[in-house]
This record gives sequence, structure tokens and C-alpha cells, in this order.
Amino acid sequence: MPTETLAGRREAVQLGAPGPERRAERRRFPLRRSARSRQARAAWVLAAPFLALFAAFMLLPLAWSLFMGLSDTQSADLRTPLAVSFIGFDNYVRLFQDDQFITALRNTAVFVLVCLPLTLACGLIAAVALDGGIRRFRAVFRVGFYLPVITSIVAVAVVWKTLLDPHSGLVNTVLAWFGIQGPAWLADTRFALPVMIVMAVWRNLGTVMIIMLAGLQSIPDSLKEAAELDGAGPWQRFWRVTFPLLRPALLLTAVTTGIGYLQFFDEPFVMTGGGPLDSTLSATMYAYKQFGNGNYGVASAAGYVVFVLIVALTVLQFRVLREKE
Amino acid sequence: MTILAIVRTSHGDTDRARRRRRRVRRTWGHPWLYLPLAGALLLMVAPFLWMLSGSFKPEADIRAVPPVLIPSEPTVANYQQLFSKLDFASMFTNSVVVSLAITAGNLLFCSMLGYALAKLEFRGQRALFTVVIATLMVPGLVTFVPMYVLVANLKLTGSLLGLFLPFLAGPFGVFLMRQFISTLPDELIDAARVDGCRELAIFWRIVLPLTKPALATLGIISFLGSWNSFLWPLVVAQNEDQYTLPVGLALASSGQDFTRFGVLLAGSVIVLLPVMIVFLLFQRHFVAGIATTGLK
Repeated sequence: MPTETLAGRREAVQLGAPGPERRAERRRFPLRRSARSRQARAAWVLAAPFLALFAAFMLLPLAWSLFMGLSDTQSADLRTPLAVSFIGFDNYVRLFQDDQFITALRNTAVFVLVCLPLTLACGLIAAVALDGGIRRFRAVFRVGFYLPVITSIVAVAVVWKTLLDPHSGLVNTVLAWFGIQGPAWLADTRFALPVMIVMAVWRNLGTVMIIMLAGLQSIPDSLKEAAELDGAGPWQRFWRVTFPLLRPALLLTAVTTGIGYLQFFDEPFVMTGGGPLDSTLSATMYAYKQFGNGNYGVASAAGYVVFVLIVALTVLQFRVLREKE
Repeated sequence: MTILAIVRTSHGDTDRARRRRRRVRRTWGHPWLYLPLAGALLLMVAPFLWMLSGSFKPEADIRAVPPVLIPSEPTVANYQQLFSKLDFASMFTNSVVVSLAITAGNLLFCSMLGYALAKLEFRGQRALFTVVIATLMVPGLVTFVPMYVLVANLKLTGSLLGLFLPFLAGPFGVFLMRQFISTLPDELIDAARVDGCRELAIFWRIVLPLTKPALATLGIISFLGSWNSFLWPLVVAQNEDQYTLPVGLALASSGQDFTRFGVLLAGSVIVLLPVMIVFLLFQRHFVAGIATTGLK
């Protein structure tokens, strides 16, 4: 209330009063402008170190990579990266004529389409169970579920390889108790990609869980209690009250996890190298192999294809999951 | 809350068993949930139990069919070999240096830009924020090749600097810090301005101390990410004295010179230990920081 009257008075002064007030107004303006320019200067000073690094290690490589994708850059050009010839979209044409790249795209698509919903669902279930389901030992479960997230992929690979060993591995031993003869998981074209999917869910559901937990904790209990008093059952309370309020958290995790999953790389790189018979070869894996073979132009083009796919998926997710007005 | 309690008790619920059930629920939640959750937890941590037990196993136990969970004769020989054979001490130091540099860089540079984007007025502010955030979608491999060419031409492939310089400031940190600082009251900054505090001092003395939860979150994420990163150091590190832990472990396990599985598992434990300690120490701030930043 008092601020309102204050504002009203100031307005009256500005509009109606002649003479001294107007002079004061004139004096105030340049002052405010200098304050603003001081602020702008401070902003650029604060931004400068980030921008220098950002320009050198993000914007420059990004533009350069676009250029490389349109040129015939090879590893031999490493020391003279600008002395290459421009070949237009030849690299992209070559990519889409290469069966191996098509396979890589297909594997990436399968991986994202299966793994993304699975990870989100598992993370959400874990978060809901830990938030409202149990009261004791929450920290134990939280740390346990989050442990794979903080583990180096190299360490993960070492352990999973021993676990999946066809003869002395724990997985096939347990399966044998139930009379099932487990396959050679990583050497079988039917099982290698599903193993990658299970690994990725295992490695990432902790991230989803933590963000969802934060989202759940930001929902006031009074809302759920009000719904309970109105006679809503637990199922209804979740879908009608909790879930809609979780939408921003869900969007955030769906977008970040999707961005990560389209770059599907770590698991095949450390576990299978893209094999057997390209059954776990992903688009970024393909790009990396082209880089290893010295075809920097093709590698950059393949990277840009993934970039475009990520932008498309992100836009799609914002469309689908954004709150409806 | 009190009204609710009254409503609940006024239901005329005198049944003792029901009251006890309610008490159980208040302290434990839903008791039947513990069993499936414990099962899930076992599945999630089984690889870690395997890692830990394997790191203390003598070689005979590791290839045993059927596998044994508890080592028959626990031994620390694997850990000893790690240090005698693989020069793990120097890799450990490198990992610490690289991770701390990346963490410090991100904390400082991202909070600086985050503050400018959240609270200062300048031309191009929105455009700058949009560009920085858009680069979150850039796949690592797109910038990987030119970054390698750049770092190679700057002659940085032979030093630790090449391992951390490109990662000192990332877009994610800017997003996180900007979101968090936006939630701080403007009046606080205006008041400092009125009191004659300089712009940079406002950032350093007033804003930064208030962003501790976000800094904890960003610090943990940066540290975890850089500690575990291995593709860039694998490609850029040329001499053994620049290897970080994941690189050393990856090369040892890729079988160029045969390393025993027990030693690799011991190495995995050593790689995991520091990040686990960091996470356990800061996990409360971590969750709190995500709650205030990620969801707005």
C-alpha cells in the first residue's frame, strides 16, 4: 500500500510540476545513464574471461567444424588446417551413401527411443518411492542409486566386462541357477545393443532421480493433503496433482538426457568398440572412427548430423512437454 | 497441519491396530516398499560389490568357475601392484590437478557471467544468454576435432594445460548460476549500490557468498565430470607423465600389455573413491542446489 501511494505521488510530480522538478529530472537522466553504462562495463568485465574461453574453445571449433565438414580435411592437414579445398556437401552425400553410417544412425535411434523413456520412468519411480513411499534409510537408497552416475565409465567397463564374462561372469552364473544358458553377451549381435541399453539406464537413472526428487520436494504438501481431503486416492493424487507439477523437472531431464543419449558413445567405446558386426556402432562412434582414420572432414560432417538431430529432438520435447497454456 | 490432525482424529478412529499402523507409516512410510527397493538397490550396487571384492581377490579366485563373492584369501597385492607397476601416484596427481583446475575455472567464470546475465543490464544480454545456452546442444565430437587441431597447433599436447584449458568454462555452469542468481532479491543489490559499493565488489562480496548452494552443485558436477572424463585426455596426453587415472586404467585394460583383472578392479576402486567422498560430503547441498536452480 505505501509503495503505491509513493509511486502515485512521484508520477504526479513528474507530470504536473513545472520548474525545479523538471530541472531535477533533467539532471537525473544523465546520472542514470552513467550508472547504466557503469553496469554495462562491469558486466563485460565479468563476462570477459568466460567469453574468451568460450570463443576459443566453443565458437571457433564450432565454425571450424562446419567448415571442415564442407572440405576435404585429412589428418595430414593438421599443421596447415586452412590449406584444404572446399568440396561443398560431398562429405554429407558420402555419409548418407555409406551403409555403415545408416546402420550407426539406426542403432542410435533404437538406443534413444528405448533408453530415454526407460530411464525417465525408472528415475521417476525411484524418486517417487524415495520421496513419499519410505521414511527411513532414504540417504542409503539415494546414494546407492546415484553411485553409477559418479563412476568413471572406464571403471564401469572393467567391472561389467568381468560380470558379463560368458564363463566366469556373475550374470551367467546366476542365470545358470535357473537353468538358463546365458549367451556371450558382448559377442552376440542380438544382445550387445540391449546390454548397452541396460548399462545406460543403470548409469543415468540416478541423475533423473535426483532432479525429480528436487522437483517433488518443491511441491507443497498442502496441495496433496487438500486433494486427499477432497477424496482423491493415491493414484489420482499422483496423476492429477503431483505429475503436472513435475512437468518442468521432467522436461529438464528429458531434454538433458536426450542430448546425452543422442551422443551415445561411452558404452560402445569401452565395451565393444562398436562391434560385433557394427551392432553397437553409434553415430558419434562412427564420427570418432573417421577421426581415427584421419578423415577429419567426414568426421565433422557426421558430428553435425548428430547436432541437427539433437536440436530436432530438443525442439520436439519442448513442444510436447511444455505446459499447455 | 493442526487442522488436518484434528480432522483425522475426529474420525472416531479408536481402533488400536489402526493407530499402530498409522504410527508405523509415520516413521517408516509404506513398509511393503522396502523389499522391492532393496532388491533394486542390490541390482544397482552389485557391480560395486563385485568390484570391491574382486580388488581383494588373489588371481586364482578371479577366474574361478563358479565365481566366488568372498575372496578365499583376501590380499592387498592388487593395490600394491597398482603403484609399483602402473605409476598410479603420478596419474592420481594429474587427475587431481586437472579436475581442481576445471572445477575452479567453472566456479569462477560461470558465476561471473551468470551474475552479469541475471542482474546487470547491458546490450546484447539476451542474445548472449541464448547463444551460450544453445551450445549445450553441441555434441562433444563436433568440437572435438577442431579443438584437437587447435591444441596441437598451440603446442599444448605435451602439457597438462592442454588437458584442462579447453574445459575451464562451460555453458552448463552459466545456466545454473544465472538461474540461481535470478532468484536473489534485486533490493539487496540496489541497497549495496546506494551504499556506494562498486559493481565488481557487489558481485564478490555480496552475491557470491549467497550462491553457495549453486556453487556446491556446480562444483560437484564439474569435479565429477572432469575426474571421469577420459576421451579428451586419452587423445591429447602424449607422455605417460600426463596420464590421468581413467586414461591409465583404460590403457591398462585395453590389453596392450597384459594387466591382471584384480589390479584393474583395484584401480577402479581407487578411481571411484575420491568422487564418492566428494559426493558424500556435499550431497545435501547438491540436492538443495538442484532444487533451486534446475526447475525454474
